[in-house]
Amino acid sequence: MKLLEYEGKEIFERYQIPMLPRCGVIKIGDCLEKLHIDGPGPWVVKAQVLAGGRGKAGGVKLAKTPAEARDLAGKMLGMKIITHQTQGKALTVEEVLVEEACAIEREIYISAVMDRKAACPAIIASAEGGMSIEELAHSHPEKIIKVAVDAEAGLLDFQARQLAFDLRIPQKNFREFTQLAKQLVKVFIEMDANLVEINPLIISKDGRLLAIDSKIVTDDNALFRHKDLEAKPDHEASEIEKEAKAIGINYIGLDGDIGCMVNGAGLAMATLDTVKMAGGDAANFLDVGGGATVDQITRAFQIILKDSKVKAVLVNIFGGIMKCDNIAAGVVEASKKVKINVPLIVRLEGTNVEEGRKILAKSGLKLEQAGSLWEAAQKAVKAAR
Amino acid sequence: MSILLNKKTKLIVHGLTGAQGSFHAQQCLDYGSNIVGGVTPGKGGTEHLGRPVFNTARDAVKATGANASLIFVPPPYAADSILEAADAGVEVIICITEGIPVMDMVRVKKRLEALKASGKNITLVGPNCPGVITPGECKAGIMPGYIHRKGSVGVVSRSGTLTYEAVWQVTSQGLGQSTVVGIGGDPVQGMNFVDTLKLFQADKQTEAVIMIGEIGGSAEEDAALYIRKAMTKPVFCFVAGKTAPPGRRMGHAGAIVEGNAGTHASKVEALKKAGATVVDNLSGIGAAVAAKLKPAKKAKAARK
Repeated sequence: MKLLEYEGKEIFERYQIPMLPRCGVIKIGDCLEKLHIDGPGPWVVKAQVLAGGRGKAGGVKLAKTPAEARDLAGKMLGMKIITHQTQGKALTVEEVLVEEACAIEREIYISAVMDRKAACPAIIASAEGGMSIEELAHSHPEKIIKVAVDAEAGLLDFQARQLAFDLRIPQKNFREFTQLAKQLVKVFIEMDANLVEINPLIISKDGRLLAIDSKIVTDDNALFRHKDLEAKPDHEASEIEKEAKAIGINYIGLDGDIGCMVNGAGLAMATLDTVKMAGGDAANFLDVGGGATVDQITRAFQIILKDSKVKAVLVNIFGGIMKCDNIAAGVVEASKKVKINVPLIVRLEGTNVEEGRKILAKSGLKLEQAGSLWEAAQKAVKAAR
Repeated sequence: MSILLNKKTKLIVHGLTGAQGSFHAQQCLDYGSNIVGGVTPGKGGTEHLGRPVFNTARDAVKATGANASLIFVPPPYAADSILEAADAGVEVIICITEGIPVMDMVRVKKRLEALKASGKNITLVGPNCPGVITPGECKAGIMPGYIHRKGSVGVVSRSGTLTYEAVWQVTSQGLGQSTVVGIGGDPVQGMNFVDTLKLFQADKQTEAVIMIGEIGGSAEEDAALYIRKAMTKPVFCFVAGKTAPPGRRMGHAGAIVEGNAGTHASKVEALKKAGATVVDNLSGIGAAVAAKLKPAKKAKAARK
């Protein structure tokens, strides 16, 4: 699950990571007076969206007076944002954070990630922050510092010192920085995160070390031991995706017009690839799960058909433990409950496939059967046109 | 010969008395796997599916001489079961459980490495995988047994149903499998592609290997390095997720493209450069293997 900047900062605060004072967050429909803006200023008004590059898209604005900050925050709510990370889609700004601003002397990049290959956490850092770390890794890989971390011991003192020297942290902020680096790793481990990123970590003109942004991605598998996170809304998921998740179906909406129902994540991905190869585009990724019961299949049809873009539905199920005749009966049963008014292409393979195909053929349902995934994809693409 | 499992394998099932464990253990028994017992704390001394149940893995190994574990324990407790099996001296540990936190697996890996360094022989397969099957000898997992056939093609994969698809194509071509290994879809896991390829390379029964990868991580790129360096047997690959949007988790926790790492293009390029055959169309992988193996068989027959 990806957390919004202010949600991440609330966690940072619990771990004493130094930040600028925040004046509050407002949601659509909130009163602007909810923001506690006082002091000399200036302030920064930031759109809370899950995409990098929001500054360039008008999602970060500077305000000199409290009135201006409130005004900008009000205008930002409901605004649409498109950045290089949103794949052409517009995100609606539903929440806005206002905090104090400061003049920046230096920007540093630091994050804790999971190093899959080494099977341990790692710190990734660079003395050159503020820019895209992916770009920097590509153009100047020598400027990226990587420190392997033991998940039980955390970041060791000497590792933190080495990192501070490598990043040329000024004497004045040295201890503050080593403390921050250790706490960053602690957040990563204790929150069961996949990523904890501060970009940028800054040294202000007046010599303060401050985390200006926060990006936290947590491990969904560990939600059972983080009840507070589990209760938070998933900002990335669309309404249909949330609904699917609630009933145990793994669904991700895509841009195409061919709805897909598949069992197993790998086969579901391969189905999308095959649809593309046949000249079409899938409307969704949907893993109906290993035990594809009548109930699950019915619900999966309902979910797929909620997307009005869908012009054809491709069902690709490899019957293993769940036999094909049962799956076919499930499809027939489900189609009685859900009105499917787009072409339906079904490809069954596996245990009792002949019986399954007979059940479908005899059902009187308007559907096309296919022998292979390739044939099914071609038929679906044709039907959607 | 085969890898990891054979008809002599003595299997214990962790979580045998649970719903998942019961169902799948019964399927394994029906296939002919030699399950010698189960582990469920608190149910020691009872019997389930006609097999003795033990309180701990150590008790089970002591009483039965088991050398392989099959784990169906729920996610919060599964990491502990892996370590329990390792501590009891089990050599091949297969963990089916889906949804184990990554941080738990990080700790498991560290302990297993320490045990290995002390001279213990331990292989972990999974988690979040369909298991391992040596056709006709031993099925330790949730795969449908009947789609397999004894033969010479080794199969290794990060995905469950995608493996069945490839296995079924191989069987439909009149060929069969030496051993099929599902290494699982999690970011931190037990044996990886390279570990499995090494076993297949050394296995006399295996003549060709199918490797099914997917987006995310660098396991396929590492495999490509090994294939180029040391693999003399032909390798056929498919990499799923060409059209997956970046940054979104496509079902498997490990199948996510982060930044520029783990893309479909980088994996395919590396594998092709290493001399592996990469099929773009999954439906053609069985035929590709058959085209390579069948003429060789015919030639051999002709010589006789």
